[in-house]
Amino acid sequence: MSRIQTLFDRLRSEGRTALIPFITAGDPTPELTLELMHRMVAAGADLIELGVPFSDPIADGPVIQRATERALAQGVSLRDVLGIVRRFRETDDQTPVVLMGYLNPIEVMGNVAFAEAASEAGMDGALIVDVPPEESHELVDAIKAQGLDLVYLLAPTSDAARIEAIAEVASGFVYYVSVKGVTGAGHLDVDEVKSKLDAIRARIELPVGVGFGIRDAATAAQVAQVADAVIVGSAIVGRIEALAQEGQAERIPAVIGDFLSELRVAIDQTNDGGQHG
Amino acid sequence: MATRADDLGLGKPPMMAAEPYQWPDARGHFGPYGGMFVPETLMHPLTELRQAYERYLGDPDFLRELDADLRDYVGRPSPVYHAERWSRELGGAQLFLKREDLNHTGAHKVNNTIGQALLARRMGKTRIIAETGAGQHGVASATVAARLGLECVVYMGEVDVARQEANVYRMRLLGAEVVAVKSGTRTLKDALNEAMRDWVTNVDNTFYIIGTVAGPHPYPAMVRDFQSVIGREARGQMIEQSGRLPDVVMACVGGGSNAIGLFHPFIGDAEVAMIGVEAAGDGLDTGRHAAPLCAGTPGVLHGNRTYLMEDANGQIQETHSVSAGLDYPGVGPEHAWLKDTGRASYVAVTDDEALAAFHGLTRTEGIIPALETSHALAYAAKLAPTMRKDQSILINLSGRGDKDMQTVARMEGLQL
Repeated sequence: MSRIQTLFDRLRSEGRTALIPFITAGDPTPELTLELMHRMVAAGADLIELGVPFSDPIADGPVIQRATERALAQGVSLRDVLGIVRRFRETDDQTPVVLMGYLNPIEVMGNVAFAEAASEAGMDGALIVDVPPEESHELVDAIKAQGLDLVYLLAPTSDAARIEAIAEVASGFVYYVSVKGVTGAGHLDVDEVKSKLDAIRARIELPVGVGFGIRDAATAAQVAQVADAVIVGSAIVGRIEALAQEGQAERIPAVIGDFLSELRVAIDQTNDGGQHG
Repeated sequence: MATRADDLGLGKPPMMAAEPYQWPDARGHFGPYGGMFVPETLMHPLTELRQAYERYLGDPDFLRELDADLRDYVGRPSPVYHAERWSRELGGAQLFLKREDLNHTGAHKVNNTIGQALLARRMGKTRIIAETGAGQHGVASATVAARLGLECVVYMGEVDVARQEANVYRMRLLGAEVVAVKSGTRTLKDALNEAMRDWVTNVDNTFYIIGTVAGPHPYPAMVRDFQSVIGREARGQMIEQSGRLPDVVMACVGGGSNAIGLFHPFIGDAEVAMIGVEAAGDGLDTGRHAAPLCAGTPGVLHGNRTYLMEDANGQIQETHSVSAGLDYPGVGPEHAWLKDTGRASYVAVTDDEALAAFHGLTRTEGIIPALETSHALAYAAKLAPTMRKDQSILINLSGRGDKDMQTVARMEGLQL
């Protein structure tokens, strides 16, 4: 059984919602990324989404774009990201790590070479933002051959046919994008999210994480009422940026750790309130 | 670089001539190229667009409206002009120019923006967005938005905003909002990224007019179909004026919309060679160029698989060309396919060669071409002397050079 499935099985039996932070690997430095990953786990993160920097991130808003640019300015490559995962695994063999990125850097490495290297590094799954289920079957096969999970996005505009097409190929969990827009955009409407999650769950058995637009403990708690996982990206990356710009990069792990602890408490209180469906 | 007619396979039947050409396939692939490599958030708007495009491109009412606009508003058909003096000077093949520079707004871009804006109106969209490099597509989009009373936002890299001031002013005069994009390399590719982000966010009322034959399906096919009016007209005009088809059709290639527009109606004519001319910038061996077909590798960018300029880690590289309109690290996927199948050939000329051709045509024919177009002219000037006087080259004169006065003057040390 994969680490991701083990995680969600356990959380489901405990009636708890997963907390999934997203950070861009190498932002502001690869060393800090590793330290931050451990710190986030200590603060209550259940799974880590690690962004692979790409020069043209069309699905990302300005906050994550700038994180990508900071990482690229240091020459952080896909191989470097896998190197970070490998080092993370030296002391943590429990917490799943899902790589989130775009197709081109993977193809340049080679589909099979990537899947093998990712598996060997201890990565658990991949969400390749610009690969819909219709494209790149070779890559999908290569990733699955290594026993890695393939996570897909679902959008407010995904109709029944698309949800079913994604159900065919997705594993681990699916990631519901709660607002129309790019990462970090908009305000989410929990009732709208709930009705869409019902439509998704009617067609997909996997756990459903909700992301885009979760900025604080209050929104995290709201989403925890309806989702299997709360995914937080721009709110974390924005804090990293502010500290890096103030020349206080060394405080990043502590500040992000405190932020995640707040979210953890809010999510757990919601779960304990018995509102999780 | 091969310039002899033999090396380009002139007169030899191309590989694909025997089969009818029916690309793309149902999901937008041209062989291994093209496709829809986009986030899930874009799948629905793209599907909605594809359905509208398929419906209206077969709708006589829509086509009548489009034809009337192309005639009365754009000024079509544009003439084909036999550049006799220039041909004589080069001493070889006869050179013919398809005068897209005479269109309203001064370039071929408006053929596509008219088509897409009419489509937007049929789809009930009230806001259009566009990306632009040199500003020509932005101006053409702002123009049709003004005419149809649609709100218009144009994304333009900060670098391009600075070097194309006149076009920025034109767009603002036309009522468009010009947004300077500060991310990435702050040029055309980043403007395209930003426009896609806007579209994802505002899809309910917004139509995204892509200016070239790149992007996810259906854009490469749709833009080609709107631009193919160039080749359809030119094919008939060549037969009428010279009694036969040209031996070569030639156009500059950035994203590749003016080239596909000219080439597409000739694909089935096995005896017509097709040559696309990319921007070699400072030279292909310097790395400072914008020639993905000549010097790039296949990859995925902006929703499609095509030839790209990328580094060893798959990051997209900064491009260089004297012409902002060719300054793009990718190219339309249909060109990638035409290259691989051998149906079209792709070459590149440097900034200096393009500049020489810019002056050459201006002095011998009294036509000031755009710097983009000057790349095609430069290669025609190399090829023509290797051909016979009874042969002909048809060049797409894709735009006029008025917008480039500042750039050219600056390169020659003058301040206007």
